[in-house]
Amino acid sequence: MHPAFSVIFLTTLIGAAQGLFLALFTVQSYAAFKLLPPPDAHAFYGQGSLLALALLGAGLVASFFHLGRPERAWRSIAMWRTSWLAREVIVLPAFVGVVFLYGLAHWLNWHPVLMTLPGGLPVDPSAILGVAGTLLAFALFICTAMIYACVKFLREWHSSLTVINYILLGGASGFSLAAAFAVLSAPELVSFLAGWAAIITLLGLVSRAASLHRNARLQPKSTLQTAIGIKHPRIVQKAQGFMGGSFNTREYFHGQPVAVLRGVKWFFMLAVFPLPLLFLLSGMQGGGAGGLLAAAFVVQYAGLVAERWFFFAQTNHPQNLYYQSIA
Amino acid sequence: MMQLALVIDLNVCVGCHACVTSCKEWNTSGSAGPMSDQNPYGADPTGTFFNRVQTYEVGEFPNTETVHFPKSCLHCEDPPCVPVCPTGASYKRKEDGIVLVNYDKCIGCKYCSWACPYGAREFDEQQRVMKKCTLCVDRIYDTSMAENDRKPACVKACPTSARLFGDIHDPESAVSQAIRESGGYPLMPEWGTQPSNHYLPRRKTRIKIHLDELERADNPLKVDHQLPRPAASEPTLDDVVTW
Repeated sequence: MHPAFSVIFLTTLIGAAQGLFLALFTVQSYAAFKLLPPPDAHAFYGQGSLLALALLGAGLVASFFHLGRPERAWRSIAMWRTSWLAREVIVLPAFVGVVFLYGLAHWLNWHPVLMTLPGGLPVDPSAILGVAGTLLAFALFICTAMIYACVKFLREWHSSLTVINYILLGGASGFSLAAAFAVLSAPELVSFLAGWAAIITLLGLVSRAASLHRNARLQPKSTLQTAIGIKHPRIVQKAQGFMGGSFNTREYFHGQPVAVLRGVKWFFMLAVFPLPLLFLLSGMQGGGAGGLLAAAFVVQYAGLVAERWFFFAQTNHPQNLYYQSIA
Repeated sequence: MMQLALVIDLNVCVGCHACVTSCKEWNTSGSAGPMSDQNPYGADPTGTFFNRVQTYEVGEFPNTETVHFPKSCLHCEDPPCVPVCPTGASYKRKEDGIVLVNYDKCIGCKYCSWACPYGAREFDEQQRVMKKCTLCVDRIYDTSMAENDRKPACVKACPTSARLFGDIHDPESAVSQAIRESGGYPLMPEWGTQPSNHYLPRRKTRIKIHLDELERADNPLKVDHQLPRPAASEPTLDDVVTW
């Protein structure tokens, strides 16, 4: 497939935003149970939500560049019964709305006790919004990944590993960002967040390596024989019906030599996993090493852009069987 | 329920591309148009087409065959491009099974084209929406045309009648009979899309002639073996008797 940068930026930016929000609410949950010192609500939750909203907004802007007719984007909620893309278009604004309200509740220090859990734990609006946001963040990960995973003949994508990767890689970049952000807003949480970022990054390494392993061993189900229905072991295309290009020759080919593909793969395997791990772990040690944690996020995000590029480029569309020779 | 479709006879197609040009001509000026071209006379021309004719070589020299392969939307009975569309612009008509795109609803996200294993959809760079074969839905029901003309433009254009058009759910239709009796097959059956368009395979016309068929089987002299068997070149009873 031809990797579209609009979609690459959409999925990586909102993935990081979802991870960041999950990190914020993880901290709030730990703090509610007195497992962590409560951070400054305004600085950590309020500004953290603002950061997540900025990433979500940037992702949303990027997504519009993918559309031929962006002015009709509102129509794309219609077929939510069948289309994962429509579901994503519904869940994304819902998540943005909940993150906004969550941030607002913390920003304004609006913490009326709505109910009390057994054990005397007070529940305020931010806790309820946090739970809703967490559910929506996971729903959004699933919707985004299922857009790809549900297309059964794109076999590199048609796997539960696609969904797991979207969740873990988005989560890893979000927690890395949260760790770097905590250096400024809540230094006491840095090692907690960096530790979780490292754990999720490691899990992401396992699942992404598993999907690379799987995809390297895929046997194509469609062949030229099934594509044109002629049972002969040797079929060669002599003409694809035109000499210039067409949508079919542009949309489904990445157009790069194998060496580039391999280079991108090794780049992201380094930049998404071991390098950020190194930065995160050394940032945890020498408390207040904001530069290292910022580097962890920046390198990981750059790696994820490459990872998403590779995710598209590696996928071989069966229609390519029909477009192998110009004339 | 009706399912209109094309049946394409690969044994007859000569790869003249008349269906390609006829399709483009009709549809660029019809209700599915325009089918825009970019840089048509330049070094790198490109454009929107609903139908292409490709050419494959099967076998190894000297035992090769050239197969011309017309390729357009197959109007699948279970089209994977339809459920993925977020707006409902891509749809399959209940009444005749034609898969269509509503250009006024399409947002040009190209997801349907990813979800078609055949690459049957093409994005129009000028109108910024997805386009595809309509089975000339603006022709086949047009009562102002002579009944013989109410067929897709590609079918009308084919000089060798390699393209048949009809309802594959009607067992008596010409297309159903062709599929049934001439070995019609769908493309990429492994994905369960159940394409409505079928292809008829290449055929070799061979007859097996047995030695006794070269001689008259009803010649009583040969059957009985009572007399020496006459040479095949000698006159038979039929040659000398007026019945």
